[in-house]
Amino acid sequence: MSSNVGAIPRIGAKPKRRRARRRLNAPRVIGLTYLGLLLAAPVAMIMYRTFEDGITPVIDSLTTAEAQHALWLTFLMVIIAVPLNTIFGVVMALLLVRKRWPGKWVMNALIDLPFAVSPVIVGLALILAYGNNASIGGWLVDHGIEVIFTPVGMVLATIFVSLPFVVREVIPVLKEIGTEQEEASETLGANSWQTFWKVTLPAIRWGVAYGVVLTMARALGEFGAVSVVSGKLSGQTETLTLRVDERFEHFDMIGAYSASMVLAVMALATLLAMNIFKKEDS
Amino acid sequence: MSGAPLGIGIATAYLSIIVLIPLALVVSKSTEGGWDTFWNAISSPQATSTLKLTVTCSLIVVAVNIVMGTVIAWVLVRDEFRGKALVNSLIDLPFALPTIVAGLTLLALYGPKCPFGINAAYTKAGLVMALLFVTLPFVVRAVQPVLMELDKDMEEASESLGASKFTTFRRIVLPNLRPAILAGAGLAFARAMGEFGAVVLISGNIPFETQVSSVFIFSQVESNNLVAAAAISVVLLVVALVVLVLISLLSRWAARHEL
Repeated sequence: MSSNVGAIPRIGAKPKRRRARRRLNAPRVIGLTYLGLLLAAPVAMIMYRTFEDGITPVIDSLTTAEAQHALWLTFLMVIIAVPLNTIFGVVMALLLVRKRWPGKWVMNALIDLPFAVSPVIVGLALILAYGNNASIGGWLVDHGIEVIFTPVGMVLATIFVSLPFVVREVIPVLKEIGTEQEEASETLGANSWQTFWKVTLPAIRWGVAYGVVLTMARALGEFGAVSVVSGKLSGQTETLTLRVDERFEHFDMIGAYSASMVLAVMALATLLAMNIFKKEDS
Repeated sequence: MSGAPLGIGIATAYLSIIVLIPLALVVSKSTEGGWDTFWNAISSPQATSTLKLTVTCSLIVVAVNIVMGTVIAWVLVRDEFRGKALVNSLIDLPFALPTIVAGLTLLALYGPKCPFGINAAYTKAGLVMALLFVTLPFVVRAVQPVLMELDKDMEEASESLGASKFTTFRRIVLPNLRPAILAGAGLAFARAMGEFGAVVLISGNIPFETQVSSVFIFSQVESNNLVAAAAISVVLLVVALVVLVLISLLSRWAARHEL
């Protein structure tokens, strides 16, 4: 049948032209080429370079004492920063959405500050506050707590940069669910603590989960702020991200690539979790 | 509820101890030696050159993001092709990937051992590329939901009245996307101005060539020149703040004049 149609030039030409136009979809070609060159190709390349000489050098590099310590320190950052920022985030979101108090709008603006500040400035700020010669830092040193160039300062830096995520994810969800159910719960005699656990928290759980994942990704991957306050002592104040930099500086490319791979796998897990929570949310 | 004042107190203290007091100390440190010291710190040839480079690169990055971010959002919403879901989740990769890994990843392909002979290490092009990598999601993720909500009726009417695809996009779609594009652009600019991890390996930190302000501040901190570091930090914060305000004014002005 198609050959019959093709015999009539006018009708035959039309679908051909349409097909040609569909093949030359300019936005798709431009968009995907850009993504390919900027994202996909470099990611493929670093994977290739990491495993160029097989898996043994990668395993050797990741099982050194320094690498193990870096991995442990990275987990320490996450274990401390994520719960603190989650509790702060949920409490602050509740206060901003459900309560009226003086200075609320100032607080609402100030919460986003960590997003607007360069990580290096975060590090500098912490040194100025908690360095051994600084006002607060000096007092702390007198009481036996050293912050800068120790994991304590690195935890502070991690908390600083990942602070707004949970607040920002939970606020819109709280606004959307409204107060009806909470009011019903209180009318039925539940106290505010019970209302929070039984009514509010289940309703905002996916927002919280999404915020936690973003906080975790940032805490795992922070480099600039942690770098400034760490003092970069290999095997002592070195997280995985700092180890990538340190190995690179020592021209140990396999070391740098291997540590990067561990971070990249964690990033991929984060991405997967983000997609799952996004679907659950909608 | 009786718990509210206690909650406000604890939450405010937490924010103050970690964020507000340290940041306030940066501002006060920058003026510690008086106005002259502040001015000398930010007007030294090296400081001005880093500030100029940072602003120029950030503006280039924002311009590219406005175009490419809109194109990519368009493709992800209006186009259909195999593997679209995968591409869509790939967009978030720069947010999930640690910045130092992003820099190393770009160097693995566009570095000294590039199979195509493109060596962007220690160049301004490499710097811009690293900033493009980390700012990719901002415009895409701002435009995408707006584009999804957009009714196709007006576009179809425009095309049936004989307007070309591009004219329809420019006159019908783009005005609706403008606020979202500007919002994404503002976030991308702020991020580009302060980015450190992604550029530190690729830029090579060559003064007057590829040294951006964040890297310069880092080197000032390392050499214990804290007043100068604080002064440049303040300038960086002010520039980012001014641009964010300008962008929000611009989008309000555009909305009022229906541009």
